[in-house]
Amino acid sequence: MLDNLVLVLSITLMYSTPLVFGALGGVISERSGVTNIGIEGMMNVGAFAGVAGSYVSGNPWIGLLCAGLAGGLVALLHAVASVTFNADQTISGVAINLLAPGIALFACRRMFDGAAMSSVVNTLPKLVDTSGFGDSPLASLNLDVTVLLGLIAAVVMWFVLYRTKWGLRIRSVGEHPEASETLGINVYRTRYICVILSGVLAGFGGASMTLAIISQYTQTAISGQGFIALAAVIFGKWTPHGAYLACLLFGFTQALTVMLGGGSVVPTQILAMLPYVMTVLVLVFFVGRSVAPKADGVPYIKGSR
Amino acid sequence: MNNTVIKVLRKPITSAIIAILIGFLVAAIVLASAGYDPGASFAALFSGMVGRPRYIVNVIIKATPLLFCGIAVAFAFKVGLFNIGAEGQYILGTVAATIVGIACDLPAVLEIPLVVLSGTIAGALSGALIGWLKAKFGIHEVITSIMFNWISLYLCNYVVSLDVFHQPNTTGTYAVHDTAFTMILPNWKLSDEGQAALANVPVLRDVLVRCDVNVGIIVAVVAAVFIGWLLKRTKMGYEMRAVGLNKDAARFAGINVEKNIVLCMVISGALCGIAGALNITGISPHGISTLAAFENNGFNGLSVAFIAGCSPVACIPASLLFAGLIYGGQTVQQTMGAPSEIISIMIGTIVFCMALGGVIPMLAEHIQRSRAERAEQARKLAAEAGATPVAAAGESGSQKDEDAAEPKAPAEASPKAAEPTDSSEKKGADGDAR
Repeated sequence: MLDNLVLVLSITLMYSTPLVFGALGGVISERSGVTNIGIEGMMNVGAFAGVAGSYVSGNPWIGLLCAGLAGGLVALLHAVASVTFNADQTISGVAINLLAPGIALFACRRMFDGAAMSSVVNTLPKLVDTSGFGDSPLASLNLDVTVLLGLIAAVVMWFVLYRTKWGLRIRSVGEHPEASETLGINVYRTRYICVILSGVLAGFGGASMTLAIISQYTQTAISGQGFIALAAVIFGKWTPHGAYLACLLFGFTQALTVMLGGGSVVPTQILAMLPYVMTVLVLVFFVGRSVAPKADGVPYIKGSR
Repeated sequence: MNNTVIKVLRKPITSAIIAILIGFLVAAIVLASAGYDPGASFAALFSGMVGRPRYIVNVIIKATPLLFCGIAVAFAFKVGLFNIGAEGQYILGTVAATIVGIACDLPAVLEIPLVVLSGTIAGALSGALIGWLKAKFGIHEVITSIMFNWISLYLCNYVVSLDVFHQPNTTGTYAVHDTAFTMILPNWKLSDEGQAALANVPVLRDVLVRCDVNVGIIVAVVAAVFIGWLLKRTKMGYEMRAVGLNKDAARFAGINVEKNIVLCMVISGALCGIAGALNITGISPHGISTLAAFENNGFNGLSVAFIAGCSPVACIPASLLFAGLIYGGQTVQQTMGAPSEIISIMIGTIVFCMALGGVIPMLAEHIQRSRAERAEQARKLAAEAGATPVAAAGESGSQKDEDAAEPKAPAEASPKAAEPTDSSEKKGADGDAR
């Protein structure tokens, strides 16, 4: 019983961690008023760059840094389009989702002799060394260091957004950029920083998949997590803590799916729908109307009203 | 002539063409930097796209579902909804069409409409549910769409796994009854008579026998024109566009926003559903298979819609371009060894440039404004130059001060300095004054 609980906890955290980074990225970007549909693409690039960095240097931490850097670079594209050129942010995000996985896979094929998957690389360490636990139920505790990093990122973001003047500025830019500008806040710069940060976090999210869970990059390493993260942002009503909990819930339903196994009573395919059906039901019955930051997705044009 | 430049720059198609050119340019740079010859790669791309009649027909076949999904996304976008659920609605269309097509065995006159209609209704219902959840509970359509995509995918896999439908030793279902097929002359082209007739026309033979030529594209083009007409020329379309532009204003004008949201999603979902159904009736294996990942017909519909600038009719060329690039991209990989992902990079760049699409009309605006400003300034200067000798006779000093704020004005007070630098108009004016 106890070891089952530990297992559920482990699986929950494992599934939710890449989502947490992606969702936090979404929160910071959308809080500053820039919709970011491109999280999926940024995670994909991060997933590859993490592996590439670890492959070349042999050090997974350098891989993680590369992932953040690559995600940030892709996000810079989104920022240029949506902040400087007032582009339609949804379209730009969709473009990122085509472009970024294309670049990642192109680079992967160049680097690994035309294969759509990389070699297995050194991964990030586990949080707890379970080798000495023997038969104790805690032996099935399997926590990657990224789990802790994700939690720290969520707490830091919550603190910054709600307890510091920078956070207040970011939120005000997302709600009412015109008013913020009159108070001397540089709307463009704030949005640039937030969007790039969003890409860095999404890159970490991608790497927390490839550098912690599956230890290599494959074409399907990131398949839909970015979109689930996006859903978690809205689910969590655009707050870091809300998004974090949404990701945990999603991870938990995934863990349930794994634990229940399926086959005997409920067919596997029906069971696999559980996380998605549950998300919709929870939204209908418990969360309800979600209101985006007021200026979310609206380009800010200096001097216009 | 200059005005035509501005007019051309303002046309949406100019943005699209420039975006496509930039897409090719970026792809060329990426190819060159990876050590492949861009020229030869593009040659391979085009020969794989239009090199043989059969290739062209295959591109059209591939473009059909993309066109439907593109129209669906473009339509919803005009009503202010982002239907990222096109993928799931497409899948539901294929699932419903397969179930009905296997279960019912009727003459073609009844079977085809029944199968296509069932797919359409399945897509429409999924869309309706998404729209209703948004209208009634305020749940963002992006979340529900994403969740429904996955639910549809697993539903498809569940149906495939059922003994009634599953074809043993395959990953797919049985084919639907052949009375539901919507290919062009499916039986005649394989009959002795047909073979004999086609033997004399190798082009037709190449196209008909080796491809699943089907009526889908005709339906899709009709749908594109119809949706374009609906949006632009009907009261319903007017209301929907009003909802898309400003919900509050639309509500204030007495438009039922909730009804329009649901209706829009029903139509959008129905379009994706038809796409799925027509792919089942039109292309072998005429059934569904287990999906390990999304096939991206719906997701690519997003790109098609955005390349088309969300105009339903413009989705027709956009879907052909998109399908052509994807289909031709395989040839690039085969002949050049260059990863076919270069096509994703190219299409991504095109869509990205379309997102920047506002820049080019802005440029036109800028050219026009700066030209108007220049003309205005020249006019002002000419007028002032004309007035100078009379008015400034005794008080040239004070006027100098007055006009000092304007950069070119000080030169006016001393015509000698101005003469060599300024425009011909002004020179003429100076000459008159003297």
